[in-house]
Amino acid sequence: MLNFIIRRVLLMIPTLFVISALVYFIIDLPPGDCVTSQIDELLARGDADAHQRADELRELYGLNHPLWYRYLEWVGGIFRWDFGLSCQDTVPVSELIGERLALTIVMETSTIAFIWIASFVIGVYAATHQYKLGDYVASFIGFIGLAVPNFLLALVLLYVGKVYFGLSIGGLMDPEYIDRPLSWGKVTSIMQHLIIPVIVIGMSGTAGMIRRLRANLLDELQKQYVVTGRAKGLPPMKLLVKYPLRHAINPFVADIGGLLPDVISGSVIVSVVLSLPTTGPMLLGALKTQDVNLGATFLLFVAALTVIGMLISDLALAALDPRIRFGATSEK
Amino acid sequence: MTDTTPNPSRRTPHYVSDEPWDPYVADKLTAEQERYYMAGQWKLMWWRFRRHRPAVVSAIFLILIYFSTLISEFIAPYDLHTRHSRYIFAAPQSVHLFHEGKFLGPFVYGLKTDRDPATLQRIYAPDTTKPQQLRFFCLGASYEFWGLIEGSFHFVCPPEGGTFFWLGTDRLGRDMFSRIVYAARISLTIGIIGIALSFALALILGGLAGYYGGWIDSVVQRVTEIIKSFPHLPLWLALSAALPVTWSPLLVYFGITIILALLDWPGLGRAVRSKLLSLREEDYAAAAQMMGAKPARIIGRHLLPGFMSHLIASATLSIPSMILAETALSFLGLGLRPPITSWGVLLNEATDINVVAVNWWLMLPVVPVILVILAYQFMGDGMRDAADPYA
Repeated sequence: MLNFIIRRVLLMIPTLFVISALVYFIIDLPPGDCVTSQIDELLARGDADAHQRADELRELYGLNHPLWYRYLEWVGGIFRWDFGLSCQDTVPVSELIGERLALTIVMETSTIAFIWIASFVIGVYAATHQYKLGDYVASFIGFIGLAVPNFLLALVLLYVGKVYFGLSIGGLMDPEYIDRPLSWGKVTSIMQHLIIPVIVIGMSGTAGMIRRLRANLLDELQKQYVVTGRAKGLPPMKLLVKYPLRHAINPFVADIGGLLPDVISGSVIVSVVLSLPTTGPMLLGALKTQDVNLGATFLLFVAALTVIGMLISDLALAALDPRIRFGATSEK
Repeated sequence: MTDTTPNPSRRTPHYVSDEPWDPYVADKLTAEQERYYMAGQWKLMWWRFRRHRPAVVSAIFLILIYFSTLISEFIAPYDLHTRHSRYIFAAPQSVHLFHEGKFLGPFVYGLKTDRDPATLQRIYAPDTTKPQQLRFFCLGASYEFWGLIEGSFHFVCPPEGGTFFWLGTDRLGRDMFSRIVYAARISLTIGIIGIALSFALALILGGLAGYYGGWIDSVVQRVTEIIKSFPHLPLWLALSAALPVTWSPLLVYFGITIILALLDWPGLGRAVRSKLLSLREEDYAAAAQMMGAKPARIIGRHLLPGFMSHLIASATLSIPSMILAETALSFLGLGLRPPITSWGVLLNEATDINVVAVNWWLMLPVVPVILVILAYQFMGDGMRDAADPYA
């Protein structure tokens, strides 16, 4: 087991390095840099010192160094929690991202939790009540979740909330709490605002999970041992929970690896639509203005989150399932 | 004990058939069975696909909508870029059949423009006194069919001297319905081109990895793992932000398809690899090898056909995600740029919720997106079920 963990952690490090280099180079790829657009603006206003200002800014951001030098400097800084200067506001990236990272993590973990709880309850219900009304309702929800892309769902909800209920769903807390220190009121306000984005982001993941859990559980419920158990008079709840459910529940842990990239992708675009103060909108802005340090930091963070999440899911699966622990591969 | 011998008078008379005896009669197949057992693999798949009702309906829907992209010019009453400066954010004009209890055939009411005295917004109200008849199969706004042939024939035209904005107009007074019809061209083809590229990449890279194994396999495996473990949307965003602003819209279009394909192939590539890994151990593969067939021939001629149907089915299932990805990118302003118009580009106008709250028809491009995605989903499901007709 220890070997397994060590091997997985060691594999993680090169992956993250490759990703960090890749994103840094991709963001820097287009011609020009983040100073160009600012200077163009100055020139358009007829500022005579624009070129001199440009040189100053490039000096400040270290843009006159070659790309590989900037990359190494950025990577080196990561270990000191120093991600360089953001080009947009001339503030250290670490100051810009702190709260947004925290809120992003809160949002994503609550989405995963929502997916688990919702799909567990609905999936088990649908499987035990096959071809009853509840089953059809569950399938219908699943279908909506699969077919309607989450950012369109967010857009529609935003519209419905605005027009029919006079609500503004955007934002992640009441305006009075913005830039205030953490307090009990702020936490509850965040919680209330989290509900809609979490449901929107989690919809498609929940749909897939319900389908899989229902299918697995149905397969399991038809097996001989369940029939035997029932014939011998096991109470129905015990008959469900003790063996079939334990067997059918594997995908919950195994799929988090596949779920996490989707959830993160979804949260990026949904938070842009709903203008949530998470990493999404800022990432988009950074990519548009070629703010390499800021954009690359966000992307690296997103990658790290995914990789760590996958590691946790692998470890949990290994802990749960002896077949994997002892080296055999799990066939799905 | 009672006598069990039957009453001789009730015994059936002895009977012998005059027909010649055919010892294989039990093995004979009816014409129906004959047809089934002799049918080729593709025919069986077609039969099985036909049984899946939703899939068939979806397939017909998709064929129709793809056909519509061939003749967008006929279907759209207006040109993609025509601006009606007098009708900015005009509300949809609904089609009526009865005017004051009299059947008139399809017609619309003209729009009266007014200004809200407080907000100075334009208000459009239907002028219900004068019905304006729609014209069908008519000559209307001129266009260049596929940019080649001049024409002005339309399926439906606005009434003489009137307007026909079935789905309203946008902030420049462009007809939404025409724009949605034209945008289908881009939105629908981007998925097909993208999946073709991704399919080719998957076949080549997955094929190499699966057939040769060794270091090629490990490299391909690592690359797919990295791509798969990274959330796609942020990477798509970064890549499409990297497309130079100076590129022409057409180049951007191809750039986006390539980006979509680059991140999509690992899923298919994995399937190709694992199938090849198991199939190359089969006897017929070994036989081909001993007869001196080259790897390209073995892969292409002997191994690939064995699971081509599966590949096509799973490729179909990933077309919707491509269409969605393009829509999302354009919606965020990092994908296609006007004058190239896709559903995502149209939705980009709907980002400001306050504008949408007043002009709800800006959201309408959502409808075709959802319908097409649903149709692909159903059709893909049906194809996947049909892909293995012997199961």
